[in-house]
Amino acid sequence: MAFEGLADRLQNTIKKITGKGKVSEQDVKEMTREIRLALLEADVNFKVVKDLIKRIKERAVGQEVMESLTPGQQVIKVVKEELTELMGGEQSKIAVSDKPPTVIMMVGLQGAGKTTTTGKLANLLRKKYNRSPLLVACDVYRPAAIKQLETLGGQLSMPVFSMGTEANPVDIAKKAIEKAKEDHHDYVLIDTAGRLHVDSDLMQELTDIKELVNPDEIFLVVDAMTGQDAVNVAESFNEQLDVTGVVLTKLDGDTRGGAALSIKAVTGKSIKFAGMGEKLDQLEAFHPERMASRILGMGDVLTLIEKAQANVDEKQAKELQEKMRTATFTFDDFLDQMSQVKKMGPLDDLLAMIPGANKMKGLKNVQFDEKQLAHVEAIIQSMTKKERQDPSIMNASRKKRIAKGSGTNVSQVNRLLKQFEEMKKMMKQMTNMQKGKKGKGFKMPFNPF
Amino acid sequence: MSFFQKLKSKFKQENQEEVSTKYKKGMEKTRKSFSGRINDLIARYRKVDEDFFEELEEVLITADVGVNTVMDLIDELRFEVQRRNIKDTMEVKEVISEKLVEIYYGDDNEEIEALNIQSSGLSVVLVVGVNGVGKTTSIGKLAHQLKAEGKTVMLAAGDTFRAGAIEQLEIWGERAGVEVIKQNEGSDPAAVIFDAIKAAKSRNVDVLLCDTAGRLQNKVNLMNELAKVKRVIEREIPGAPHEVLLVLDATTGQNALNQAKTFSEATDVTGIVLTKLDGTAKGGIVLAIRNEMNIPVKFVGLGEKAEDLQKFDANAFVYGLFADMLEEQAES
Ligand SMILES: Nc1nc2c(ncn2[C@@H]2O[C@H](COP(=O)(O)OP(=O)(O)O)[C@@H](O)[C@H]2O)c(=O)[nH]1
Ligand SMILES: [Mg+2]
Repeated sequence: MAFEGLADRLQNTIKKITGKGKVSEQDVKEMTREIRLALLEADVNFKVVKDLIKRIKERAVGQEVMESLTPGQQVIKVVKEELTELMGGEQSKIAVSDKPPTVIMMVGLQGAGKTTTTGKLANLLRKKYNRSPLLVACDVYRPAAIKQLETLGGQLSMPVFSMGTEANPVDIAKKAIEKAKEDHHDYVLIDTAGRLHVDSDLMQELTDIKELVNPDEIFLVVDAMTGQDAVNVAESFNEQLDVTGVVLTKLDGDTRGGAALSIKAVTGKSIKFAGMGEKLDQLEAFHPERMASRILGMGDVLTLIEKAQANVDEKQAKELQEKMRTATFTFDDFLDQMSQVKKMGPLDDLLAMIPGANKMKGLKNVQFDEKQLAHVEAIIQSMTKKERQDPSIMNASRKKRIAKGSGTNVSQVNRLLKQFEEMKKMMKQMTNMQKGKKGKGFKMPFNPF
Repeated sequence: MSFFQKLKSKFKQENQEEVSTKYKKGMEKTRKSFSGRINDLIARYRKVDEDFFEELEEVLITADVGVNTVMDLIDELRFEVQRRNIKDTMEVKEVISEKLVEIYYGDDNEEIEALNIQSSGLSVVLVVGVNGVGKTTSIGKLAHQLKAEGKTVMLAAGDTFRAGAIEQLEIWGERAGVEVIKQNEGSDPAAVIFDAIKAAKSRNVDVLLCDTAGRLQNKVNLMNELAKVKRVIEREIPGAPHEVLLVLDATTGQNALNQAKTFSEATDVTGIVLTKLDGTAKGGIVLAIRNEMNIPVKFVGLGEKAEDLQKFDANAFVYGLFADMLEEQAES
């Protein structure tokens, strides 16, 4: 299969090495072959892969086999470090000009997501930095592109500057800046038409706009699904315009996104933001380390945890932990947790971040799971307050009543009760174990059942 | 007759000069890098050896052909080279393009590339794909083409989600001089398509082209929505949709395979429109898709204008990739 994660692919190679005291050159050769294939399948640029494999070989040969990690794990660790390094640190700062307005220009290929990203960036600037941006419609070519930006402006209640499709984009940009000064906007976001990097006339138009408005940022918008051509595109745009950063879009898809890595490696320009959905608040800071995991097919546990953190209130989490420790966790707490998990987003999105989840049998059909969840909820809701607090009072007639009330059957009720008891036991063990260790004190607030 | 000669004569015979010129021009950028690299490779290696194959593997992978398909291809080439006892790299060139065309067609013939339009009654074409690949533009171009062929065409504005999408389709409708059926932004796409079918029937339209909102294939709810749209079409007209076209952006990498698989599961895709081949991307992914799945490419997009849609022709596609070499050969 084409899209197996690196971790899976390495299993076989690893088996051969386990038990050896040292990683030999031959071992490394076999492993780097697998790594090479995995990276290529993730659309990492060919040249970048070549360099990377060379460095990995140098670092991996002769590694002592550490107790805590298998040789395979060690090599993956090296690969991940190298990938993260290549993508650079996290950089999601946006320039601020001392002479407002700050001007940002959005450029990229057709269909990359420039217009949507322009809207998202405006939203972010206002929400996070309390700024007042003016949106500028310079795409006079694509049918209804201006209308698209105007609609987004409408959704955000933000002004959009446009001069129709007959005007020259360079003039539009110039007039827009004058207008922004007049109306005291501190940011100007210029949406330009998508164009091919090899279309010299249209590329010249971007240079003309740049020279005229002297932007503080030029963001190259790149579709995360781009293949081997990503570097050619990024190199051309960068050579012509000296872009200041990259925004990667459509990362909410299931692409491995190797293009991300290649762009940074080839142009030296950092990826600053990532588009994570079609809604206007779905623009996030880009995290190189998570991207590295994803390229390797190792899931995105960090994002999952962060999502949990953002949606769970700290105090509640502490209380919950105490309950877990003392095993006084009740069905009411369970319901609470379920609603918190739901707040984190659709279950299928969350599952996609768990390494290997896509391969777990029961998780394959996500809709089935959502239904299952609804059943669990219905069963708990059909319990009396007393039953929720103390499930030990449960007897046959109570169970029958609950099954009837929730539209399920007694065996489903039984299963939940059993799972709940096991979970309580496990929680107690886990929390007591973790108490010994220090750390941020954050525990996953829910239990995937 | 050598394979290259066959390819060339095919264009002469069938009066396809025009087609091949369009491919040549549209794929100029694509071709330069691809055939340039193969030529360079062949110039540097006199002998066909392991290193040669390794570099060839590189050239193909940079064309987005995809690891699995490249491995298959290289294996077959190795076999052919041995069988025909080829030593000179010049001769390999032909075998390469021959194999590319072979992978492409498999056991099928060239008819698979024709659009399935009924000779009488309404034909419905559903157009699907991820965001920004060129669905709406391709519909505009297709409307233009079908109308030029004397068909009556109608468009359905099934993208009720993206800002400005309805207006975009309306502009294409105006350009082609065909009617567009729409509802408000945010309305149910299945309802729009339902309306459009009713309208198309009552006005005796030949072809109804249905636009849909772009969606990433891993969004289960959105894929279900698409399946529902298809069911509505099936219910209204037996045998419809006559075509479900998946639009793929030629710059897309290996994810295009996921797109092809998942969209097929939801809507039984019958053909692919490969867009933006006028850039430098090589669109090698269509080979991978053909190698792993049974979906033919029906059209390629070679620009943003109404005329910039070509019927796909694997021979012409490969011809496009190798045009420089063919000319060279003819001269020498
Ligand atoms: N250069 C080039 N651009 C194209 C081609 N097809 C579509 N586009 C452009 O790609 C962008 C997205 O197209 P659109 O039809 O809106 O995509 P949709 O979201 O799939 O409907 C637009 O700017 C189109 O002009 C093509 O074959 N070549
Ligand atoms: Mg569209």
